Amino acid sequence: MTDDQQLRVSKITEGTVIDHVTGGQALNVLAILGIDGSGGEEVSIGMNVPSDRLGRKDVVKVEGRELSQDEVDVLSLIAPAATINIVRDYDVVEKHRVERPGEVVGVLRCPNRNCITTKDEPVDSRFAVLEEGVRCAYCDTIIRESIAEHIHVD
Amino acid sequence: MRDDHIISAKHLSRADIESVLDRAAEIAADPGALADRHDGKLLGMLFFEPSTRTKMSFVTAMRRLGGDIVDMGPVDQSSVKKGESLADTVRVVEGYADALVMRHPLEGSAKMASEFVDVPLINAGDGAGQHPTQTLLDLYTIRESAGFDDLTVGIMGDLKYGRTVHSLAHALTNFDAQQHFVSPESLKLPRGVRYDLHEAGASMREHTDLEEVLETLDVLYVTRIQAERFPDEDEYRKVAGEYQIDAETLADAKDDLVVMHPLPRVDEIAADVDETDHARYFQQAHNGVPVRMALLDQILEGSQ
Ligand SMILES: [Zn+2]
Repeated sequence: MTDDQQLRVSKITEGTVIDHVTGGQALNVLAILGIDGSGGEEVSIGMNVPSDRLGRKDVVKVEGRELSQDEVDVLSLIAPAATINIVRDYDVVEKHRVERPGEVVGVLRCPNRNCITTKDEPVDSRFAVLEEGVRCAYCDTIIRESIAEHIHVD
Repeated sequence: MRDDHIISAKHLSRADIESVLDRAAEIAADPGALADRHDGKLLGMLFFEPSTRTKMSFVTAMRRLGGDIVDMGPVDQSSVKKGESLADTVRVVEGYADALVMRHPLEGSAKMASEFVDVPLINAGDGAGQHPTQTLLDLYTIRESAGFDDLTVGIMGDLKYGRTVHSLAHALTNFDAQQHFVSPESLKLPRGVRYDLHEAGASMREHTDLEEVLETLDVLYVTRIQAERFPDEDEYRKVAGEYQIDAETLADAKDDLVVMHPLPRVDEIAADVDETDHARYFQQAHNGVPVRMALLDQILEGSQ
């Protein structure tokens, strides 16, 4: 990223910069993080910024928040090329790529309306991560396209 | 969590299957031998949707083992009607019984229920999902009628919502079997099942016309196409008619073709097929008792 592009979104003091997000997925990244603005978080977003690696990419900066491994795991489903930069005192202190997890729990809602996990039962949704897509561990339904549409944040 | 729940045919290995079938064959040869074996044991019957045959065959199997059943009764008279969660219902009933059998209209319900109980739970059908004990009796019938070697099986009808089909297709991947799936385009196998068959390296093909494969089949497994899957009556009649067989349809089949059906049938197999040597569906239904006795015996032994 050149300094010029960096300026499109302001620098943060402490928090996380999620870079190289698949173009157009920034709002879904926020949904995964459970951020809708009501919690007062300070967030900057760059959408469809030119990128050498991806053509167009999104960048999400969240002030005062470091991501949990669970959150990073789920990000990998919609932004497999993302890099996570942890910033402390204006410096990037950690930088890592997302990795696809074996399964994601409690994040996606099963699209099968006859699936027990969509009813009022004390059970979290549970999806195995396949090479392409994810699969409900209860009813076996496979989601391949637009996984982000099934993100379910309470 | 226990590992002796019977939730999906996906978890049955060839060795698991053959050990149940061998035991079932011993039981069938001498049905009275186990009359006192599980004296005093109770099987909890959780049938959240009607099922006459599967339920009767479990009751018969349990009583022939010397045990008895406790039945929650029809759903419309139970606490389920009052809004109790499935997780609560199974946790209450497990206290009454040594093992549970559950039929439920929602997919994944048996897996979820099994996570809440400490007694073995048998899935007797979860929505359009799985029906593993039906599969064991289907396999028993296939083994006694056609054997498991170099087998060509046609599965026809509602492959999308047919849980007996999903379970059978998974189980057949353990054997040297070619599977041909025959259905209308709108009722093809669900993506999840096709995915598993590919993963298992199964030899499978999909067809819309039985004629394309009939002559090669050793087994033809027919299931019912239900009117409620279609937007209107005419559409249903048009489609369903193409997936009905009669004695004349089978004229081109191998002489030793075995025709199976999980029953009840409506009109997908004409009565004149009953008179042919192909018909095996009543025998198949009867096999449910020794197979379920073998399975219950195994589970109740393990839970002592
Ligand atoms: Zn599901």
